Formats: sequence, structure tokens, C-alpha cells
Amino acid sequence: MNILQLCYLISAILFIIGIKSLSSPITAKRGMQLAALGMLTAIVGTFFDHRIVSYHWIIAGITLGTLLSLPISLWIPMTKIPQRIAFSHACGALAACLIGAAEYYNYHMEITSISMGIIGVEVMLGALTFTGSLMVAAKLHGLLPGRPLIYKNQNIVNLSLFALMIGMLIYICLNPAVNAVFYWLLSLSFLFGVFLVTPIGAADMPVVIAIFNSYGGLIGAAMGFMLGNKIQIITGALDGASGFILSMLMCKAMNRSIMNVLFGAFGKVDTKVEKNASHQDETKSVKTISTDDALNFFEHARYVIIVPGFGMAASQAHYALREFADKLKANGVNIKYAIHPVAGRMPGHMNVLLAEANVPYTELFDMEEINAEFAHADIALVIGANDVTNPSARTVVSSPIYGMPILNVDQAKKIIVLKRSMNPGFSGVDNELYYHDHTWLLFGDAKDSLTKLAYGFKRNWGH
Amino acid sequence: MPNGLEIIDVYIFVLAGFLGFHLITRIPPLLHTPLMAATNAISGIALIGAIAVAGQNYNLFTNILAFIAVTCATINVVGGFIITNRILSMFKNENKSDNP
Repeated sequence: MNILQLCYLISAILFIIGIKSLSSPITAKRGMQLAALGMLTAIVGTFFDHRIVSYHWIIAGITLGTLLSLPISLWIPMTKIPQRIAFSHACGALAACLIGAAEYYNYHMEITSISMGIIGVEVMLGALTFTGSLMVAAKLHGLLPGRPLIYKNQNIVNLSLFALMIGMLIYICLNPAVNAVFYWLLSLSFLFGVFLVTPIGAADMPVVIAIFNSYGGLIGAAMGFMLGNKIQIITGALDGASGFILSMLMCKAMNRSIMNVLFGAFGKVDTKVEKNASHQDETKSVKTISTDDALNFFEHARYVIIVPGFGMAASQAHYALREFADKLKANGVNIKYAIHPVAGRMPGHMNVLLAEANVPYTELFDMEEINAEFAHADIALVIGANDVTNPSARTVVSSPIYGMPILNVDQAKKIIVLKRSMNPGFSGVDNELYYHDHTWLLFGDAKDSLTKLAYGFKRNWGH
Repeated sequence: MPNGLEIIDVYIFVLAGFLGFHLITRIPPLLHTPLMAATNAISGIALIGAIAVAGQNYNLFTNILAFIAVTCATINVVGGFIITNRILSMFKNENKSDNP
């Protein structure tokens, strides 16, 4: 065993400790610092690899990469974390894809079918993850429309393109020296990544980000197989498992399968239209409420559960929310936050925003922990969350979101919903919750409303 | 020269996969975003593969591809660890929440 292998062994151990430490917020930070140390060990060890003859390209790349990484790590606001993570997946995938292509370029005359298979999978997954993740980032950042872009026979086009790519992969494994097929496969994979994400709407991005996280792991592992590098295989397997578990959790929280998320957009339009049409017949009315009346409710409340959703991130209302919650707490009100697994645009999105606004994590509760408590709450305050609170997910079998586990917001004694307008949520389903006789809607920008509430509450409390 | 598929590597992959599965199922939803940021950072280990290729001076084309790969992987490593640290620094429990 040489020094290089020893370095890699140490870093593998530190990575595993780092991931393990994430099981608790108390140990997480220290653990990730150890993981960073592990990364440093691996990189420094690699510098002494006897195969390396020149350093100028390496130093140039590391310098440029470090400079480019600063804007997306030090200065990026927390509300933009989902697109930043997606961008990061794109970077990792491109790196692996290019190294795969470089290896093929240099050795295509002499490699075996098995090596070719590994490189093929690496390059194919790498290319489609690169463009796919860029699409995800663009959709989340608002550069592309967040709604699903759908055209006729989309699934047939996508599936035949995928079948063609698999066919080319098999062909090139049997004939590794045929250059042109490899580069066609590479180009088609880039294209497929774009096609794959086009029909997926922004609200399904938690699943898609997790899937690309998982692909990132598989690509890393494939690169490890190709270069005979054990540490890359280990981290690839860890990442792959992480992305896989997260995507499963997200799908479970939406009561949908991965296939349905990836290819389901097509069927969705019909149900949406049908659903909206059926609601036209019924004449239901909602109750609106002014800030002053809402304050009156809060004056008499003892226990308030806050339900944040993507709307809170969109209007950056988390600081105003925390301010209002502080006022309530100072007045002896018990405050808890109910976090649905798919609230927001990526796994854990709400937790990060609330943590940024200095909400202690001991006040944040998962769906399973808090659902039984809504019946005891005086007020459920819903901020920009829609589908995850819709009671028709429990009862209306024809609803597109039927079967999705939801927060039991409707069981609270009073429900106040902060809402920008009456537009339905992402699924296009009208929210029954708004028509309950103990629900009041407070229209307006969530941030403004919360600021007014926080200010108003201070005044009332004063005398 | 690219490696073939060595059986020992497959063993490592399978065992590490199981280990990852067990470690990650125990991570609470609270920390799922930092988990993603962390796996991003750790997947930047592709940097060592990219470094090994970039330093071998095959030809200009390979060097340029490897240079881009080194750049991308470095973005993930440096950016990933910084942002994970930033996110984790924000998570406070009640006793410490009075700090500025």
C-alpha cells in the first residue's frame, strides 16, 4: 500500500463519518468539517501521483474553479438554494462526462467491451444529467417557465430517443473503435436531458433534483470503475444511495411513482381541465379577513401551528414570519411549524429558510410528528402552501392529488390562509380548505401581511 | 488506459451502497437540504480523477477537456463544502437562538 492509497482510505473513512454525522443537527457541522478534511487529504495525495507529469492545467483549473465557486456558495441567498444545488449537479456531471470522453478519445482503438460499457454509461448519464440539471436550474430560477411544457406524442418521442441511445450504447460496446457512434451517443444524451425535464413542472422538482443527485452518484461510481479508483466508487455509491432514498421519500410524500413524475405530465392536462370545469357548477364562497380581524383571532389564541409552503419562499416572507412568531411567543402563545416533505422546491427547503430566519429547529416538526396536533391548535396559519393542505386528497377519488398525504390543517379550530390570489396550486386543483366555515383568507403579499400582523400585534400587546 | 470491471470494485460498490442506504435513512427531513449540499460536495471527489488525467499530458484536446473537468469538480468541492457549512451554521436549537 502506497501513500496515495493511504490518503484515499483516510478520506473514505472521513466521508462516511461526515455523512453519519448528518443524522443530528448537533453533530452535523463538525462532521462535515471532517469530510472537508477528507477531501483535502485526497486531493493533496493525488498531487503526488507518480503519473502526473505537469501541473499547469491542474493549477489553472483549481484556481478558476475556486473563483467561480464563490458566487454560488458565499453570496447566494438561501431562497436560491434549489437552483444552486441543481447547477452543482450539472457541474459534477459535466466533469465526469468530459473525463469519460477524454479516456475514450485516447484509448478507443484498444479498449475492451466491458470498459466501453462503463465509459458509455458514464458519458451517457453524465451528458443527460448535465443538460437536465441545467434545465431544472433554469426552471427554478425563472429563466424558463416553471409550468410543464407539453406537446403531442412527447412521451413517444422521449422513449424512442432513449431506446435509440440504449441501442447505440450496446452497439458501441460490441464495436468500441467506431468513433462516430460514440459522439452521436454523446450528443443525443445532451439532447435527451433537455427533453426529459421539459414536461416536468417546477413543483415536481424536489423529485427531479433528488433523481439527478442519484445519477450524479452513479456517474461518479462509473468514473471510479473506469479509472480503477476505489474512493470514487465509495463516494459514488453513497451519493447514489442518498439521491435514491430522497427521491423515494419525495415520491411517497406526493403519492406518485417516479415514472409518473417523469412521464406523467401528459395525462395531467386532461384531469386539470375536467376538474376546473366541474367546479364551475358549484357556487361556493370564501371568507376574507382583514389584518385587524386576524389580529383579534391571534389575541385570543394559545396555540398556533404555522404551515409554510413555496409561497413563503417566493415572497421571501420568512423573516417577517419569524418576527410575528416572536411577538406571539412573547405573549405566551405556543408556536409550532408544520413542514410537509414536498413543501418548497427541494427536500428540506422550508427547514433551511426558517433556519436562516433564526427559527430554532426544535420548533420545526415533520408531518408525522405534528398531524395529530392540529386538532388541539387554536389557529393554523397557512403561508403560501396549497396542495399539501387540501382535504380533497383524502376524500375526492377523482382528484389528481388523491392519496397524497397532507397536513391535517382542516382540523384546527380556526384556519387563516395568507394568499396572493385565488389561483389554484400547481396541481390545478381547487383547495376545499378555503371553503370551510372556519377558514378565513387574508389576501395580499405574504411578507406585507406578516409585517402588518407583527406590527399590529405589538401595538395591541402594548396596552 | 481505462480499467475493466474488477470484481473487487463491484464488491466495494455494493457494500458502500448498503452502508449509504443505512446511514441516509437515519437522516431527519430537517437536514435533507444540507445532505444534498454535502453529497454534492463529496461527489466533487471526481476532481482527483480529473487531476490524474489533466496531469498526464496526452495531447492538447485531452488537456482542455480535463481542464474543464477540474474546474467543474473544483466548483463542487469548494462551493459545496462552503455552502453546507453555511446552511448548517444556521440551524440552532432554542438555547442558542439568542445569539446574534
